[in-house]
Amino acid sequence: MQVRLTVNGDPVTAEIEDRLLLVHFLRDHLGLTGTHWGCDTSNCGTCVVWLDGEPVKSCTVLAAMAGGHEVRTVEGLERDGELDPVQQGFMQCHGLQCGFCTPGMMMTARALLDRNPAPSEEEIREAISGQICRCTGYATIVRSVQWAAAYEACRAEASRAEASRAEASQAVGSAS
Amino acid sequence: MTTLGTRPLDSFVDNDQKPVGYGRMLRKEDPRFVRGLGHYCDDIQLPGMLHMAILRSPFAHARIVSVDTSRALAHPKVKAVVTGADLAEKGLAWMPTLSNDVQAVLATDKVRFQGQEVAVVVAEDRYSARDALELIDVRYDPLPPVVDARHALDPDAPVIRDDLEGKADNHCFDWETGDAAATQAVFDRAEVVVSQDIVYPRVHPAPMETCGCVADYDRVSGKLTLWTTSQAPHAHRTLYALVAGLPEHKIRVVSPDIGGGFGNKVPIYPGYVCAIVASLVLHKPVKWMEDRSENLISTGFARDYLMRGEIAATRDGKILAVRTNVLADHGAFNGTAAPVKYPAGFFGVFTGSYDLEAAYCHMTAVYTNKAPGGVAYACSFRITEAVYLVERMVDVLARELDMDPAELRLRNLIRPDQFPYTTKTGWVYDSGEYERALRLSMETAGYAELRKEQAERRARGELMGIGLSFFTEAVGAGPRKDMDILGLGMADGCELTVHPTGKAVVRLSVQTQGQGHETTFAQIVAEELGIPPADIEVVHGDTDQTPFGLGTYGSRSTPVSGAAAAMVARKVRDKARIIASGMLEVSVADLEWEKGAFGVKGDPTRSVTIQDVAMRSYGAGDLPEGVEGGLQAEVCYNPENLTYPFGAYICVVDVDPGTGAVKVRKFVAIDDCGTRINEMIIEGQVHGGLTDGVGMALMEMIAFDEDGNCLSASLMDYLIPTALEVPDWRTGHTVTPSPHHPIGAKGIGESATVGSPPAVVNAIVDALAPFGIRHADMPLTPSRVWDAMQGHPRPPV
Repeated sequence: MQVRLTVNGDPVTAEIEDRLLLVHFLRDHLGLTGTHWGCDTSNCGTCVVWLDGEPVKSCTVLAAMAGGHEVRTVEGLERDGELDPVQQGFMQCHGLQCGFCTPGMMMTARALLDRNPAPSEEEIREAISGQICRCTGYATIVRSVQWAAAYEACRAEASRAEASRAEASQAVGSAS
Repeated sequence: MTTLGTRPLDSFVDNDQKPVGYGRMLRKEDPRFVRGLGHYCDDIQLPGMLHMAILRSPFAHARIVSVDTSRALAHPKVKAVVTGADLAEKGLAWMPTLSNDVQAVLATDKVRFQGQEVAVVVAEDRYSARDALELIDVRYDPLPPVVDARHALDPDAPVIRDDLEGKADNHCFDWETGDAAATQAVFDRAEVVVSQDIVYPRVHPAPMETCGCVADYDRVSGKLTLWTTSQAPHAHRTLYALVAGLPEHKIRVVSPDIGGGFGNKVPIYPGYVCAIVASLVLHKPVKWMEDRSENLISTGFARDYLMRGEIAATRDGKILAVRTNVLADHGAFNGTAAPVKYPAGFFGVFTGSYDLEAAYCHMTAVYTNKAPGGVAYACSFRITEAVYLVERMVDVLARELDMDPAELRLRNLIRPDQFPYTTKTGWVYDSGEYERALRLSMETAGYAELRKEQAERRARGELMGIGLSFFTEAVGAGPRKDMDILGLGMADGCELTVHPTGKAVVRLSVQTQGQGHETTFAQIVAEELGIPPADIEVVHGDTDQTPFGLGTYGSRSTPVSGAAAAMVARKVRDKARIIASGMLEVSVADLEWEKGAFGVKGDPTRSVTIQDVAMRSYGAGDLPEGVEGGLQAEVCYNPENLTYPFGAYICVVDVDPGTGAVKVRKFVAIDDCGTRINEMIIEGQVHGGLTDGVGMALMEMIAFDEDGNCLSASLMDYLIPTALEVPDWRTGHTVTPSPHHPIGAKGIGESATVGSPPAVVNAIVDALAPFGIRHADMPLTPSRVWDAMQGHPRPPV
């Protein structure tokens, strides 16, 4: 069958087997190997990607079901050569060791911050509780997400301050 | 400057261009991982690559009557089907295990555990390979299985290993350590003796990435390249050469990025061998990646010790002796990964951190119809079992004596002036300040306040428990005079080259599965050579690119390979010093070394940097007599002793009296791993191990039914902690350098896995004290805690 979808902003058309899982489509057909496969039962979450902005486990989604929808993977987190604050946070706070669960964790974290810019520790733990990390013990993942939240808050404040400075200087300029 | 609170925006970003020195440094490997650009085994795609899948036994014990592959071979996308009979023709149906036993690659006569490899299919894509498995017809004649190790030696037990000549029972080995008579004498005169049956259930490392490989045989050059999930690529290469008869220089084993190992990726599995055979026969690259169920039911498990502990003491709490009798379940083939002379790994450290008069252990290991293995699941070769035994027994004794468990430990810890301390089982502990660590853990946790709170809660009917453990690890295998794996000594090589412009490449024999070697080893070399870590490339995991060594497991990377890295850097520095003396026209004795430069003593204006020396070493000018050009060196480091990290852990739990559910409320971990290279990475290693420990204590177990069916064959059944089951860890440390390591470092990778299970279980048993319980076996799931609360703690097997 033919499937048409958008992956990380790019339109994709492909001939696929009906039964092809989205995770294998992304990895084996599109070469997007940042999304991993770790279990058969939707327990581990190494395969989490976004389907229309919602985190899904791509080992339990048929590629055909993604037809007409927008998929975003870890390869789509970096924008214009700049790492997403979540990616920076994971590096700053040692939120990864072997790196295998990391793409899925980051996709969930990004989705969480998009709807809740200042999550509590409990909210972060709840958000990632459908995913398993065997290396970190989760505390550093929590810190990584908190880092990204604080960084984004700080950056937003900085741009607000910059805007009001520009506004003020414009006001001063037009007054003189 | 914009701030968040008092924090400037630029302060968010830590410096990964750290100058020379130990300490926190961001990891050099992370930029690829956070972009999804890691390179794991299953990411490898080669032109013309075929996919292999394995047909596995549904029975725990059965005779194979026939295998019919004709329907599978007729599948349009199938390229080959291989059975045990096919391998037997080539003499490859059996392979040696890491413990000098043999294991079936593909079953020929019988299947001996559920999930055993019976046949493989090679097809054009992974789905077709799986489809074709369904088309293989195997007829089995089921046999009664041996599932309970306690009945393995019954006279009427079916013999599992009738492949071994003359084998008439399921006995695997007997092993003892310590002095039986001296220990008996101490027990005879002791005022207090307590004993307890303790089970350490079978668990599984379950790394997030399962095992697999891509085998690629080039028929023109005769070279085999194997990308594989291996924690020990050099050892694997040699074993493939010995087993398959391939010339060793024509084998390249590459461990690419590995998605966690925890011991699971130490053994050679039948799947690797079959993929190699398929590539040799078909002249195509062949990929095999097991699924999660295959990983859980067939690859190296850990633990599975049934222990009887006995402890002898005086009435006032002086521990005199520890004795234990162990029944070890080794599964269908003895695949234990441990030095050959140590069939029980390093279980001999069951004397713990205490100054004893005597100790003795006798162990009997048996075969059962379960998966083979006995790998180090982050346990430093069975130290997890040993520490769990002694730390549980100390708590049982504390209950018997009605003494605070912290006080009992403080009375018996080995004193600093007793190091190096030779235990009653012959281990030489290198260094320790045990009391300091235990007192720090008690201060950090607020131990006295916790006991007060507990008393108040108990009065209200609440079940709060406080558990301690104090552990000593033995890591860094090992001295080659008595440690080898299948004849390969456990020394590790390291090569260091400084290029003309002063940038360096260090080549390791060990390999990272997430431990951060690319960072830590750059820091070790940087500290010794004065070259910034950013200017040092760490190469590892590829046998064509690195010197021989035995790999990463048992927390051996820093103790062995880390020492090699320091020594090779010192060797380069020694050569650089001679070249510098020529450049500065002074004698070597007149030079002093500081921060990457040689200066003339007493003349601060005259010095050359290591980078100047590097350029000179490759340059056109004269070098001092007898000095060859270039700036490189190699070493093979043979450790003189193991290193002995230690720690004191305190766990606080709340047990729900209505459901038996356990909540780990607080966990304090004080670790001492000697000299600390990268604080951030050390803390990460500890956090991960603590989570393993909570998992084993509360939920992890590979269980079987009476027919030998594995009941833990998926992550729905084999439970692993999520972020909701573990607390925010509180870590701290003391520093007691090892005198037996060039930079004083000890391993840290497994300390927390070793130390945390007894702390958690001790806390739960403490919480259940009102019910008169003095022991309950792991995993302490709500139902098992509930049973204990009814006064009937249930053994897990």
